[in-house]
Amino acid sequence: MAYEWDFGVVLAQWPLFLKGLGGTLLIAAISIGLGVILGAIIATGRMSRLAWLRIPAGIYVDFYRNTPGIVHFFWFYYALPIVADIRMGPLEAAVLALTTQSASFYCEVFRGAILSLPKGQWEGGAAIGMTRFQTLRRVILPQAALRMVGPFIERTFELIKTTSLASTLAYGELLYSATQISAQTYRPMEVYTVVALIYFCLLFTFSLLARRVERRLTHV
Amino acid sequence: MKNHILKVEGLTKSFGTNQVLKGIDLDIAPGERIAIIGGSGSGKSTFLRCLNFMETLTTGAIYLDGTRIGRVVGKDGDKESVVYSPRTLCDVRKRVGMVFQQFNLFPHMSVLQNVMEGLVTVLGKSKGEARQIAEAELTKVALHEKLDAFPSQLSGGQQQRVAIARAIAMSPEILLFDEPTSSLDPELVGEVLRTINTLGEEGRTMLLVTHELGFAYRFATRVLFLYDGKIHEQGTAEEIFKNPQSERTRAFIARSSEFSL
Amino acid sequence: MNYQWDFGIIWSSMPVFGRGIVVTIELTLICLVLGLILGMLLSLAQMSRVRALQVAGRSFVEFFRNIPALIQLIWFFYAFPILIGAQLSPFTAAVLGITLNTGAYCAEIYRSGIQSIARGQWEGARAIGMSDKAIFRRIILPQVFDRMLPAFTNRAVEVAKITSLASVLSVHDLMYQGRLLSATYYRPLEILTAVGILYLCIIYPLSFASMMAERHLARKR
Repeated sequence: MAYEWDFGVVLAQWPLFLKGLGGTLLIAAISIGLGVILGAIIATGRMSRLAWLRIPAGIYVDFYRNTPGIVHFFWFYYALPIVADIRMGPLEAAVLALTTQSASFYCEVFRGAILSLPKGQWEGGAAIGMTRFQTLRRVILPQAALRMVGPFIERTFELIKTTSLASTLAYGELLYSATQISAQTYRPMEVYTVVALIYFCLLFTFSLLARRVERRLTHV
Repeated sequence: MKNHILKVEGLTKSFGTNQVLKGIDLDIAPGERIAIIGGSGSGKSTFLRCLNFMETLTTGAIYLDGTRIGRVVGKDGDKESVVYSPRTLCDVRKRVGMVFQQFNLFPHMSVLQNVMEGLVTVLGKSKGEARQIAEAELTKVALHEKLDAFPSQLSGGQQQRVAIARAIAMSPEILLFDEPTSSLDPELVGEVLRTINTLGEEGRTMLLVTHELGFAYRFATRVLFLYDGKIHEQGTAEEIFKNPQSERTRAFIARSSEFSL
Repeated sequence: MNYQWDFGIIWSSMPVFGRGIVVTIELTLICLVLGLILGMLLSLAQMSRVRALQVAGRSFVEFFRNIPALIQLIWFFYAFPILIGAQLSPFTAAVLGITLNTGAYCAEIYRSGIQSIARGQWEGARAIGMSDKAIFRRIILPQVFDRMLPAFTNRAVEVAKITSLASVLSVHDLMYQGRLLSATYYRPLEILTAVGILYLCIIYPLSFASMMAERHLARKR
């Protein structure tokens, strides 16, 4: 193998990598925040006794579960501006795609934890005259919250990985920076290896931290 | 008439196409202690759970203190359509307490908090007052030393006594016990039965679904034998256990009491 | 909004979509089958008594789970050929990337499936004198299979979704054809919506199977 490795040229571009990392973290953070809010709203709809709330919420979740993320990115970037008659930048489109997608997953995290509690807990509340809402707030949610931690971390982990799709809209995150550096340096081998390692470190650190938080929260 | 606190009329209950209760009528006078016995699948637990609307009735009516529960909004042939608002159900459950087979304590709350919960969130009492009541009730079930323990740290018998304290703290007019000792180890059954017995001596109105026929015999002022979703036979404990009229009742008692009576 | 919809474009594009769908399904099946085999080998490595194999298996799994699939595909297309000194077709690079990724996830499914069987099952079988090998084959595997089925069908859903990333390497799958058509006809709204719905039609049956597998398992317990 006669290939001459040269990581020096690539690593000299560290400001661009850093900028990309910033872009990745930015859309991840916004989408987590908005996704949790939207996810909670959809979960409420999915567990409602009113069919006109429950059915659309179910379709929403099923749709996102059964279509690839990249389709959402392209749809929000190229198709939505036509329906809604608005201008759409790569950042907005990426955040919209990530938020709506993660909302469907967070919805299932919330719902799954609530449904995992035994029916007796609802009955215990009802038997002393509590309303459904009081039981939910005082009895169900405090217990369900702990069960949400693990799946929540897992979904967030997936969301961070999915941010890489934003590069296909030329949004300046890690992978997009990498393609730019690769084009400048003609060193795809080194560039993509470096970017893979950056992701690995980022996500591995995240999962270590998350596991620690999870352990602290669930073993009180 | 009108000396009954709870009256059940033509109660039926179906799960899908499976009719579990096939028409039950019952008047309960204040201070009665009623034991409900019967084989598995006789519908005895379902019947009890209908009385505080843990299960919604398919047809029939329940009167509490002479007032019908729910609002009749129309008739569809013979079948009335009745609306039970969430508010009505909460009111009923304040007045009709229940103790479950599986305790259904709240695992994230201490013993004291479990008993205080309904007093504060449902009856709107102050924390201080709720605490006083809760401590008194827990003393009554001999758990005043476990106030700050969590349910998972208690034995099954202790957990069930907490559940009883939680129910009586609400000062219900009627208490329902749904097989309160069925999920307990044999050596823990006694302490729970003693607690229930003490409550009976206070003159409370109680309904108890149980397999402990010996206890039912000593405890109950009236015994109902349920078979196939109906009250097959009823009478005083003496009548049902010592001189049952129906062959089926006799067979059930003989089979179930070989060891316990 | 007075946008003039043109659904005719979808019908006239159907043959092109059809070719893309075939590639998407091919890619899904190949990667799923290879991934299942690879995953089995990886989980065996992780459970083996040889320390080096354990570490190698574990590292492989951690590595592929902690890097986005898109990066893996791009790496196998742009970087890997330089390493081995031979060009890979986009399809081969995609198969390689998706298979290794799938293998890492499947390894975890096997491992947690086998570990989820209670110790009592091993003890019960040993108590009647069965050999470890017989216990594994007759007692553990049948139970494990039921438990893992929902997880595997779930993974199939994920694999089908991941194949859409191959379009970035210009593999002519459904997503690629959609992008191409939408750029050619300037009709992204109709075309991309159609692409979404077509994916839904391909993937929903897998989801449905997964739901059925879960129900089947719930009934058995």
